[in-house]
Amino acid sequence: MRAWLRQHRQAFALAARKIGAQGSAALLNALVIGVALSLPAGGYALLSDLQAVMHRVAYAPQLSLYLRPDAPRAGAEALAARLRRDVRLSEVRFVPREEALARLRATEPVAEVVAALGQNPLPDAFVVRANETSPAALDALARDLRALPGIAHVQVDSDWARRFGALAAVARIGIALLAALLATGLIAVTYNTIRLQVLTQRAEIEVSRLIGATDAFIRRPYYYLGLLQGLAGGLVALAILAACIAALNVGVRELAQTYGASYRLSFLSTGDGLAVIAFSALLGGLGAYLSVSKYLRDFD
Amino acid sequence: MISFSGVCKRYPGGKDALQGISFGVEAGTFAFVAGHSGAGKSTLLKLIPAIERPTSGTVLVNGQNVGALRRSALPYLRRNLGLVFQDQKLLYDRTVYDNVMLPLAFSGHAPREAGRRARAALDKVGLLARERANPIQLSGGEQQRLAIARAVVNRPAILIADEPTANLDAASAADILGIFAAFNQVGVTLIVATHDEAVISRYAGCVLRLAAGRLAAS
Repeated sequence: MRAWLRQHRQAFALAARKIGAQGSAALLNALVIGVALSLPAGGYALLSDLQAVMHRVAYAPQLSLYLRPDAPRAGAEALAARLRRDVRLSEVRFVPREEALARLRATEPVAEVVAALGQNPLPDAFVVRANETSPAALDALARDLRALPGIAHVQVDSDWARRFGALAAVARIGIALLAALLATGLIAVTYNTIRLQVLTQRAEIEVSRLIGATDAFIRRPYYYLGLLQGLAGGLVALAILAACIAALNVGVRELAQTYGASYRLSFLSTGDGLAVIAFSALLGGLGAYLSVSKYLRDFD
Repeated sequence: MISFSGVCKRYPGGKDALQGISFGVEAGTFAFVAGHSGAGKSTLLKLIPAIERPTSGTVLVNGQNVGALRRSALPYLRRNLGLVFQDQKLLYDRTVYDNVMLPLAFSGHAPREAGRRARAALDKVGLLARERANPIQLSGGEQQRLAIARAVVNRPAILIADEPTANLDAASAADILGIFAAFNQVGVTLIVATHDEAVISRYAGCVLRLAAGRLAAS
């Protein structure tokens, strides 16, 4: 067992020395892998971030009930009492047309247009939250609310979130496909690097086999080389991602401020970051395995 | 210790390198495999560590049919044999010391013990003072001695050498054979292929004479 561990330690040290000896070539390899991995990792980070926001919206489905412009305020109060009795609703809030107009005036891009209006064109409204989140339940609720007296229009505000959810599912598949493609690229990069190493050390491998080295002993340093190369690539990918998110956040923050919101893109969680590094290292190891296996077979 | 029984070796393309070879070598023997170039000496030696497999017949090493060994078992067979190749197969990007350390790396010795063994092997062949040199800096005779040091560093019971004195001057050849004789005196079985009759006549031992792939005399 001690001899086995010692051989692993020696193989790891040999692989580390080889990477050190490669110098700029090793850096370029890590950069190629890092750039390739940063694309799906970045897509995943962005999607996770947006989905977290959308989930909050989607899990609190909101409906806006617009009253007829000529509906009397007394009718609205009766309607409010009726809505509050409805067990399917968790929250009922009356938004008088004056409040709606005031809010609109506070919205910078349309403030001037609103100021030019002679009279308030907005109706009284109710904003309600539903207990049910399923699309079918929300549709049924909207249908029932639309039939209430005085209601002119019902808008299910979470529809866009549901559409976004569907889009996100498509994007997730896209990112998975991109990750698979780029993972294949990563394996190819490692395969080629290890192939060159094996060819460079062909004489040593042949001699070692002739005088009693097992295939496992010969393979081991190359596996570590692939793993280390993948690991370095994973770290480069995270560094690229961090730099891109920092750069994007400058613009995102300004954009969010124009909507009166505070939002910034988040970096990957610790678990996701470690998963990127582990995934990258494993792909490097797989590339090394395929390469060494092929060339040891060829030597036979 | 080593026994060939009806061994034939045919290479792809139909060339019969060996035909109907049968002989036995006891432990502690200093045996020569003699014959002209192309007689089949190297092929015969390669069958012992299963670098080549016999087309028919059996090769037994310590009772083990090496021709039937699985590929995964070959390293363990070869670790118990010392092999000196015709072209030496030294690593010219490593030092003399590192070349001798190579077999110890995969036989699992602790670094201190491996270093001690490597230096002892270099000392036996008179190369301890050159341990930091690169093999390319060594003379032909010294390179051959280095190949011997690497072959004996794992203390094998059998040492196989293919034309170890070819391309060497008489003095260097005598050095090499002296080293072999010293190993043989401590019980190592030696099988040495050579076409040099002068070498064979100097060391009275078992001689296997090959001619066109057949055993002419033993």
